[in-house]
Amino acid sequence: MTADHHHGGEGATRDHAASHRHPARSDLDDTLTHYRVMEIALRELLIDKGVLTADEIRKRVEDMDNRSPVQGARVVARAWVDPEYKSLLLSDGGEACVVAGLDRGPYKLVVVENTPETHNVIVCTLCSCYPRWLLGLPPDWYKSRAYRSRVVREPRAVLREFGTEVPDEVSVRVHDSTADMRYLVLPRRPQGTEGWDEERLAQLVTRDAMIGVSVPRVS
Amino acid sequence: MSSPEAVEPRFRPGDRVAVRAAYPPGHIRTPFYARGKSGVVERLCGAFPNPEERAYARSGLPRQPLYRVRFRQNDVWRDYSGPANDTIDIEIYQHWLEAAP
Repeated sequence: MTADHHHGGEGATRDHAASHRHPARSDLDDTLTHYRVMEIALRELLIDKGVLTADEIRKRVEDMDNRSPVQGARVVARAWVDPEYKSLLLSDGGEACVVAGLDRGPYKLVVVENTPETHNVIVCTLCSCYPRWLLGLPPDWYKSRAYRSRVVREPRAVLREFGTEVPDEVSVRVHDSTADMRYLVLPRRPQGTEGWDEERLAQLVTRDAMIGVSVPRVS
Repeated sequence: MSSPEAVEPRFRPGDRVAVRAAYPPGHIRTPFYARGKSGVVERLCGAFPNPEERAYARSGLPRQPLYRVRFRQNDVWRDYSGPANDTIDIEIYQHWLEAAP
């Protein structure tokens, strides 16, 4: 038995590494598209000219990434337990955010209520308008052409693909967020949650229920 | 809303309106699928600088009234397959709207 002929232990691992090289994985961030170049150029100019600092830009990105549907869920749960708050939320969404200790947001907030007669669903067919201060960044599918073009034209089929069956006697109301409003669906409070407090209710309120492609369920 | 820099609203909630069947080039917020369709004003949202002007670094003034208009899906899509009471609400600026019978 020669020195380089091992049948296990450390040597086998080394042999494997030598005979079985994995190709280097290509980087995912190496595509300098036109818009990436433009963004980098603009950012560097703003920093060079002292308009913004790199840390301010980083902080802003961090703040955006840290927002989540938890804020929206708080607002919904409060509306479920407090009828006065609910009517404020439906009449002046921005003010209702402030009352709940959240940002008013940079846009007018229109809250649309699901009822036994109406199911609401939100889309932005032009781009990706979304109440980011309440829900965080939109999911990728919300920005996809498939969702944007189909949900206005065949909303019931799209909802079915999300696992949401809306009976024919309930109207489906699509909201196309094309300009200066941002939309949030106020879902119906699920049965079986009588006596629950706000915090517990908020855990049922998902991002997709506030976009309107799903409904809150008691698991 | 009635500041000198804002156009007076011409429509009220409940008014029947038609979207102009116009196809200008540029940055347009009125969705293509709504052009030429009729609906009912759901609410006046306020007045905002015209985004079609702002997209080209102009002021967008005077501000244009913005409405939410509710359309019956059957009036928007000839082959809509859902029930007759399904609707779609779209934000549309006043300069895109005309009174409809």
